[in-house]
Amino acid sequence: MNLVATAVLFLSLAGAMATLYAMDHERWNSAAQESLYLRSPKVLRRLSLGYTGLLADIYWTRAVQYFGEQHHANSGDFRLLAPLLEVTTELDPKLLPAYQFGANFLAPKPPSGAGLPGAALELMLYGVAHNPDQWRLYYNLGFLYYIEFKDYAKAAEAFRQGAALPVTNEFMPILAARMAQHAGEFDTARMLWMTTYQSIKEPRIRENAVEHLLALQVDEEVTQLEHVVAKYREQFGRLPGSMSDLEHAGFIRGMPADPKGHPYQLMADGRIEVADPKDLYFITKGLPPGTAPPQPPIEPPATTDSK
Amino acid sequence: MNSRVGYVAFNTFREAVRDRVLYNLIAFVLLLSGAAILVGEVSIDIERLVVVNLGLTAVSLFGVVIAILIGIGLVSKEIDKRTLYTVLSRPVRRWEFVVGKFFGLTGTLVVNTFFMALGVLLALLYVAHKFEKMDAWVLVALYFIVLQFLIVCALALFFSSFSTPLMSAVFTFALFVIGSLSDDLRGFARITHGTAGGLATAIAYLVPNFSALNVINQVAHGDAVPGRLILYNTIYGLLYSAMAISGAVLIFQRRDLK
Repeated sequence: MNLVATAVLFLSLAGAMATLYAMDHERWNSAAQESLYLRSPKVLRRLSLGYTGLLADIYWTRAVQYFGEQHHANSGDFRLLAPLLEVTTELDPKLLPAYQFGANFLAPKPPSGAGLPGAALELMLYGVAHNPDQWRLYYNLGFLYYIEFKDYAKAAEAFRQGAALPVTNEFMPILAARMAQHAGEFDTARMLWMTTYQSIKEPRIRENAVEHLLALQVDEEVTQLEHVVAKYREQFGRLPGSMSDLEHAGFIRGMPADPKGHPYQLMADGRIEVADPKDLYFITKGLPPGTAPPQPPIEPPATTDSK
Repeated sequence: MNSRVGYVAFNTFREAVRDRVLYNLIAFVLLLSGAAILVGEVSIDIERLVVVNLGLTAVSLFGVVIAILIGIGLVSKEIDKRTLYTVLSRPVRRWEFVVGKFFGLTGTLVVNTFFMALGVLLALLYVAHKFEKMDAWVLVALYFIVLQFLIVCALALFFSSFSTPLMSAVFTFALFVIGSLSDDLRGFARITHGTAGGLATAIAYLVPNFSALNVINQVAHGDAVPGRLILYNTIYGLLYSAMAISGAVLIFQRRDLK
């Protein structure tokens, strides 16, 4: 009898686990099953019996997992992201990561983000209104205005407000001034990504900032090299045949290489290309004609269930 | 303290800590505090927040369950075990029995909270690697949670002085839910006029105010708790518990135990 009971126990356990696995697999393939049953923060606030902080953490984790899953599945369907972030921030208006990273999920165009800059702006404005003493939120707001909306005046105003706070970042007043002048696109972008790198501890975001900084370096160097090639052509009436021609003519010193150490390639038509475009994410220059800026590989989310 | 009250309190404490259910509940809270570390890892940038929010919420909710479970057995358990008659046949007054019970149960709750809080603080130390100045506010939140347990335990004792254990648990839990929404209740009372407004105001002030005792989210963000709130909550918690215990004494004095 004991043997039978033991066998039934293990078989049932294995069967239950297999069934669960099958259910998870079904859910994974069907994004349509994702749903948000309670969308009203007021109702959720009451149901939480005052334990709103924990509920906000749960909703924020759901938002992260949801974004990760949709991003990984490359579905392009992020319709629950904005409501999840809205519920999260209304339950806990002080949950800063939800604004900082949430706007980063919402604003960029797919596949990097949800392509909802309007929703990202709404989220950031709500965050700033409820946390007026947090320079990071003004920084994120200015970043959003600059990158997504190209609204220099509003970006400058956001950076200026952040710079005026008692606790702020040294780059904030400089960013405000640069935005006001529309000056030095590369330097401004570099400063923005540097501030992101310095002010955020999350490794994935820091890696992303480093990749953007490297891409900016490549874009700037390719622009400068192409400018040098144009000067050479002006002076000698022909295109240089190789980088050595530029070096011998005294336009450059040594063989210029990209941040990964690969020498830049001088093409027959005078363009500059990187040796391995797949190695440098987000670059917009130095690519073969018609090539889209390379994106980092999509990592699977930490868990498969966001419900 | 009256020596007879102390004797009842000591024996109540000794009996309560023997209850294995309590150990299971405490173990569950410790497990949840450990799980908070994992939850923080699948999210972004909220490791500390999750540990404090989940840990303190678990301490609070499971502690309330513990307070109800141990508080509802005032009379029924003693009658079942026939120990009530033995105690009351000695020179122990009924009020001494109730007050002693309350102190004994309070001691049990404080000890339970200590162990649960230890789990939360260890989890916090694990994710943050060191304690910071703002972590001191977590201790204030724990103190408020203990005050919450005092009120819940006193209410459970009050209901158990005239009702069955099951109904006492239902009444106490219902009051806990209503009391947790007391801010909304007072807001509703403010916008209601006439008799209904008066009634709503009376109810809003009569039910225990657990909203003010819940500062978990505030301390999770490292925000300070005003000293006046600590003072008011202390006074309120002690007065409300004293009120419920006095009610329990009044009813228990008149109750026919035959």
